[in-house]
Amino acid sequence: MNTSLNWIKDLVPGLDVSPQEYADAMILSGSKVEGYKNMDEDLERIVIGQIKEIEKHPDADKLIVCQVEIGGGQTTQIVTGARNVNAGDKIPVVLDGGRVAGGHDGKLTPGGMKIKKGKLRGVESNGMMCSIEELGSTRDMFPEAPEDGIYIFGEDAKVGGSAIEALGLHDTVVEYEITNNRVDCFSILGIAREAAATFCREFHPPVVTETGNDEDVRDYIKVTVEDKELCPRYTARVVKNIKIAPSPEWMQRRLRAQGIRPINNIVDITNYVMEEYGQPMHAYDWDTIAGHEIVVRRAKSGEKFVTLDGQERTLDDSVLMICDGDKAVGMAGIMGGENSMITDDVKTMLFEAACFDGTNIRISSKKVGLRTDASSKFEKGLDPNLAMLAMDRACQLIEELGAGEVIGGAIDVYEKKREGKRIAFEPDKYNRLLGTKIAPEEMLQYFERLELGYDQEKNEIIVPSWRQDLLCDADLAEEVARFFGYDNIQTTLPSGEATTGMLSFKLRVEQVARDIAEFCGFSQAMTYSFESPKVFDKLLIPKDSELRNAVVISNPLGEDFSIMRTTPLNGMLTSLATNYNRRNKDVRLYELGNIYLPKQLPLTELPTERMQLTLGMYGEGDFYTMKGVVEELFDKTGMKEKVLYDPDAELHFLHPGRRANIIYKNRVVGYLGEVHPAAAANYNIKDRAYVAVIDMAYITEFATFDRKYEGVAKFPAAARDISMVVPKEILAGDIEQIFDKKGGKNLESYELFDIYEGIQIKAGYKSMAYSLSFRAKDRNLEEADITQAMNRILKALEEQGIELRS
Amino acid sequence: MKEKLQKLREDAVRQIENSTELTKLNDVRVAFLGKKGELTAILKGMKDVLPEERPAFGQLVNDTREAIEKKIEETKQRLEAAELEARLKNEVIDVTLPAKKNKVGHRHPNMIVLEEVERIFTGMGYEVVEGPEVEYDYYNFEALNIPANHPAKDEQDTFYINDKILLRTQTSPVQVRVMEEGRLPIRMIAPGRVFRSDEVDATHSPSFHQIEGMVIDKNITFADLKGTLQEFASRLFGPDTKVKFRPHHFPFTEPSAEVDVSCFKCKGKGCRFCKGEGWIEILGCGMVHPNVLRMSGIDPKEYSGFAFGVGLERITLLKYEIDDMRLLYENDSRFLEQF
Repeated sequence: MNTSLNWIKDLVPGLDVSPQEYADAMILSGSKVEGYKNMDEDLERIVIGQIKEIEKHPDADKLIVCQVEIGGGQTTQIVTGARNVNAGDKIPVVLDGGRVAGGHDGKLTPGGMKIKKGKLRGVESNGMMCSIEELGSTRDMFPEAPEDGIYIFGEDAKVGGSAIEALGLHDTVVEYEITNNRVDCFSILGIAREAAATFCREFHPPVVTETGNDEDVRDYIKVTVEDKELCPRYTARVVKNIKIAPSPEWMQRRLRAQGIRPINNIVDITNYVMEEYGQPMHAYDWDTIAGHEIVVRRAKSGEKFVTLDGQERTLDDSVLMICDGDKAVGMAGIMGGENSMITDDVKTMLFEAACFDGTNIRISSKKVGLRTDASSKFEKGLDPNLAMLAMDRACQLIEELGAGEVIGGAIDVYEKKREGKRIAFEPDKYNRLLGTKIAPEEMLQYFERLELGYDQEKNEIIVPSWRQDLLCDADLAEEVARFFGYDNIQTTLPSGEATTGMLSFKLRVEQVARDIAEFCGFSQAMTYSFESPKVFDKLLIPKDSELRNAVVISNPLGEDFSIMRTTPLNGMLTSLATNYNRRNKDVRLYELGNIYLPKQLPLTELPTERMQLTLGMYGEGDFYTMKGVVEELFDKTGMKEKVLYDPDAELHFLHPGRRANIIYKNRVVGYLGEVHPAAAANYNIKDRAYVAVIDMAYITEFATFDRKYEGVAKFPAAARDISMVVPKEILAGDIEQIFDKKGGKNLESYELFDIYEGIQIKAGYKSMAYSLSFRAKDRNLEEADITQAMNRILKALEEQGIELRS
Repeated sequence: MKEKLQKLREDAVRQIENSTELTKLNDVRVAFLGKKGELTAILKGMKDVLPEERPAFGQLVNDTREAIEKKIEETKQRLEAAELEARLKNEVIDVTLPAKKNKVGHRHPNMIVLEEVERIFTGMGYEVVEGPEVEYDYYNFEALNIPANHPAKDEQDTFYINDKILLRTQTSPVQVRVMEEGRLPIRMIAPGRVFRSDEVDATHSPSFHQIEGMVIDKNITFADLKGTLQEFASRLFGPDTKVKFRPHHFPFTEPSAEVDVSCFKCKGKGCRFCKGEGWIEILGCGMVHPNVLRMSGIDPKEYSGFAFGVGLERITLLKYEIDDMRLLYENDSRFLEQF
């Protein structure tokens, strides 16, 4: 919403403030000013001049030398290349030292362009004649301005007077962000009322006088509203003997400041009233209205209609139509029809000001794909009481401008009149909610400024019908607060019962996970929750995999953002690929983010969201580096049981020989491995990349931060080394399982210290060497204790076909 | 005998003084004081001394031994010191050679800011809670006083799964879920991902984070809201931070406000971060609407409360002077390593 500050000041005569003061105060009282622009900010020393004489330039074919009268009996010489000027023309002239807003190509220069006198091809020129573009405006706003030429004033322009003034450019355009609860403020009157209340000035809305001749409008038109839900009010008047002409300068000026192009008196009046009251109106050519009757009804499903922009639209039965005796003539509240639009030859016109159901207009306008100035006003839900006010105001302007003869009387189909609501006046409640001690009388003063009435007898506030946003105590408290001033309310901290500030256990575990990942060199990444369904193929996920059952977004930003991820891998691999393509070395990333697993499809209840810790890296490090991070995490979250790694995992995106499910307490809590080269290639990663994914829901389940001191060993440990030749298919994990089973309670720990495959070892075998450490908590171990345990271990190893060396 | 001892002592001292290495010093010690050493030999000759002279003689031998031992000890310390000094001289390294770093990873800038916000609020007794990202329409809109067909629903550019389920457009639904649990009083913040269908560009992302805050108790006032957010802003942006409350409208709060803080870059003078305004808008807030309380089973006659919502990315971008929001989701290591 934009308004001309001059227009506001006309309605609030005492408003003597600068644009900045205006903006600041309006913001604090609740009308958010986004910014303002002084239309004259880059215009200086520009007067109306009259060309007295034109001569050819002695040295340039394209230039002429003009003698220009600039008032006060002074004449000055100006050289120009413009073709459209003649002796006697009155034109805007910027004098030496003045400024214009930009070039005649319409490009604006911030801060304006300084004009100095000088010589053009040897002939002195003391200023410049201006085009409308140089004055910072456009031919759109000043349709009478010539294309590519100097602006020429009408004959009544006063030579020597300010050209800026004459063009109405001494104004400020203020831009507001009006919230959708304040429908009334999408109008000059609404903003002016707020301004008057903000600055404690009187508000002078236009005085609308009675209009119309002796005829009766009912002899011209009959109106039937079939759907009163969607059209709570319909008013109509008729104007005959229409004389289409340009509207007067004052009206054009105001429309221009609002950013509206002046067209002709009838169109301009409709636009003017729409700006002033916020009520859209529509004019039909009465002669095209069959049977001279209007019926307001819903469209038939599949009905076609050509709007006045020439487009054919297909409708359904939710769209409300304005029809005549045999056809539709307008889409209610959105756009009129081509068949009934007024032309320059119009003789008699039917004026409509109605109130339509906001929601229906919004939905219809979306369905038809047509949003207009009118529909954007109606969809907010207008006050039906506005319709007749605006209608009478428009007719008043028609008479004032001599644009036609208004027929007496008005049609008004308005069954359920909307009255102002009443809310009990409870100042204590407002103070209690605000934490203030504002006197009730002061509150009533604020209300009075906003034209909220007070019924002393019943102690009730009477809310005018245009304030549809005021419904309860809290709403009135806000009105009090914004005129008392939010800034004037004190600051306190909540009193009352103390509460414990804390993170949930889940969030604590996640914090530990972040710490571990970072200590291990991984930086935190964040990726999107939605992705393309193509990622499943990129990740080599089989067609029948459950991972492909993803939650689908019905209105995504595009296929690439259309499903909720069921695996965090794509985000990680995409991020690694970004780094790889940018030649970043040794990259390690982690992410903590949800995956979304539907319980059933289509979705009838919310999907399960499971937090995943995803680690990804390329460059330095290998599978075991990744495994190390996983075990650090388990260690620091108190997960002390043995972690198992199952290489027979069905993880198609991982290298078949370098992947494992991570198993803790018989549950698959995650997986890790080298990214399958084919998958890596799909992401353009041409290096070995490793990933690990931990399902944090399990970690939260198993984690504990309880610790108990177990004492430091008092008795010495005894070490035994075992060197073995092991069939290749036997895994270290298998051997360690034998240690665990057979080592007895005194086997404290074991460590692999050598592993070798190669020429010295026979084919199909590898050599492995472990160091085992035995210790008893309560005594020195005897040789026999150790020998017994070792024998059990060695025997079990041999049973597996493992050969012992020396 | 006396002369012999005297000479031995002089010999020993000279030899000790001439020892330039610890090994040689040890040889000298052995030569004089060892089992087969010269002094030991003299001591063995004690039996030839007259009994009445023995104590005096013994004393003399002991004195001599002590003197030699003392001399040896002194010399040993001197030599050890010299040797240490020589070793240290030898071991000089170039301290400007590159460090061996453990290459610790980096927290995402969003996370650093979020953790700071969490610290501030947990310090004030707030619980940190979470809610689902895929959410029912009811919690995201209806229970927040945004009924079906409310224009605010359009404004939020919602991603829908179906009629009833959507991607939450705000963290406010967590308020409702916490209120429904029925434990009062409430002091909570709820950080999390939210989604709106904005095309990706330097200032927009279809996925971003909000931090919701809410307090419900008896006698909670707008003044409390102001005080709380002033405290929050001072702790997050520095003690001199000023806070400005501007009236605004949100369907789920009444009265509502938008909050600006004095620009923490220029201290309110006006700079490119605050676009010359001196103020930066950081959050929306208000008193929880009585309809919202009622729908969640809380009696607005007895309880009142306030709520606020902060855009995390907005603060991150401002705080770290990041000029393009896309950087937050690209995960370029050269970006992440700067935090």
